[in-house]
Amino acid sequence: MEIKDIYREIVNEHNLHPSHRGEMENPTKVMAGVNPSCGDKLTLQFRINDDGIIEDAMYTGSGCAVSQASCDMMLDLVIGKTTGEAERLANIFTRMIKGEASPEELEELEESEALEDIAHMPARVKCAVLGWHTMEKLVDGD
Amino acid sequence: MTNLFKKDFPILGDDRYIYFDNAATSQRPRQVTEAVRRFNDETNSNPLRGLYQWSVEATDRYEAARHRVAGFIGAKHDEEIIFTRNSTESLNLIAYSWALDNLTEGDRIVITVLEHHSDILPWQMVSKKTGAVLDYIECDEKGGISDGEIEKKIVPGTKLVCCMEVSNVLGCRLPVEKITSRAHNVGAVTVVDAAQSVPHRPVNVRALGADFLVFSGHKLMAPMGIGVLYAKLSLLENMTPFLRGGEMIESVTRYGAVWAPLPQRFEAGTVNAAGAVGLAAAIDYLEDIGFDTVREREEKLVSLLLDGIRSVPHAEFYGSDDPKDHGGIAAFNIKGCHPHDVASILDTENICIRAGHHCAQPLHDHLGLQSTARASVYFYNDESEAERFIEALKKVRGWLGYGD
Ligand SMILES: Cc1ncc(COP(=O)(O)O)c(C=O)c1O
Repeated sequence: MEIKDIYREIVNEHNLHPSHRGEMENPTKVMAGVNPSCGDKLTLQFRINDDGIIEDAMYTGSGCAVSQASCDMMLDLVIGKTTGEAERLANIFTRMIKGEASPEELEELEESEALEDIAHMPARVKCAVLGWHTMEKLVDGD
Repeated sequence: MTNLFKKDFPILGDDRYIYFDNAATSQRPRQVTEAVRRFNDETNSNPLRGLYQWSVEATDRYEAARHRVAGFIGAKHDEEIIFTRNSTESLNLIAYSWALDNLTEGDRIVITVLEHHSDILPWQMVSKKTGAVLDYIECDEKGGISDGEIEKKIVPGTKLVCCMEVSNVLGCRLPVEKITSRAHNVGAVTVVDAAQSVPHRPVNVRALGADFLVFSGHKLMAPMGIGVLYAKLSLLENMTPFLRGGEMIESVTRYGAVWAPLPQRFEAGTVNAAGAVGLAAAIDYLEDIGFDTVREREEKLVSLLLDGIRSVPHAEFYGSDDPKDHGGIAAFNIKGCHPHDVASILDTENICIRAGHHCAQPLHDHLGLQSTARASVYFYNDESEAERFIEALKKVRGWLGYGD
């Protein structure tokens, strides 16, 4: 997919009408991430229950449409799942960007699969993975 | 605007592309690549070492390049020109070889808030190692610097003053002469970062009051990897070497060495002779065109860009309202659109611009901006490109999903 199509088909909607953007009350875990190439910042707030299930999650920060939309889609996917499952999906996402994920794995990413072709745009890869890397740090050790 | 220049630049032969990232690096004309090719094909050998004809010829061409650069920026002596890799290396050379030895605790280093990271980080290092205080001359929201601010910051006790001539974000020219003359009045040494001015306007080290001056060849059509440090002879003579090794010595014993005379003392190791030859060819090419033509074309183009940005809903540019004070640069933002998205979208239209903080984070912070998009032109760009760029800009918000 050409980048204009990626924007039109998926990125714009999540960027302009995000479902999980904003502050959360009583998060159990908070993690900030920075994209060193542009200085964009993103903060994830997760509420994780005793069973390790992500009950709710939100994000704040400034960034390009790709990083914001990628993060919004990621939260759509992981809310309701365990942190272990979130970690596994983050691993698939990272491998998708490297062109190493199988078609079955890609399906598991649901909407996020649409960012597959970002891999061909090295300048934007860091934007697409910012939320995912930040989440990996957040759930690390859980 | 007829464009007689594009034919000299093979990369610009493909009309689909619009190259508006000239402040990052310029393109190379055939005249430059040809000079580099001739050096390699006719006389490549290690300059300054050989006792045979090729090496003698290589040395001659390398030293002729130094002479060309000296004349170009009004240096009195060829020895005042040190070849480096780029502006960044030149500034670090000053920091390590002059500033660390000459500054002590409590001395003041004054720079401007507009500086490129290359003209900030070396001074942060010097400040941490020597205890000298680093202070900033502030600018207003258009990049202007007041006389009062210069007088307030450059006070007795100031030992080093560094300032760029033209901003790589706003394109405005800084009041260099006022800054350097105030600096000299309080006994400070001056560094001028001319990376963004040398390609666009005549630069004379004495008129600018520069004790040190730096620039990069690649921004004025020379190959990457060749840069210049100008330093006043009286300063250079008393500086310790930056890098040590071959070529920069007169004699070496087991535990000591006698340094070579200037300028070799500051050019350790095998030099980038082909790059220097390319730089001399670039200067020839630039002076053939003439700075009047360069200025005329850039002003015309920037005024089209600024008027165009004004006409694009939700867009604004930064810096002066006067297109004459933009150094070929138009930094801008479109409301609701992150500069990276703007650049990616324009890339699909084959338009090359830069987006981010352009290595000037303190300036962006000072102006309250997270990041900006930047279109920068050179004389080989033309009106039809500026028009295509503005037409594309008008559609960016639509491509990013906005209804207007
Ligand atoms: C004003 C200014 N100073 C310094 C530099 C650093 O130049 P270079 O990367 O060639 O060392 C640049 C270029 O990006 C610049 O615009």
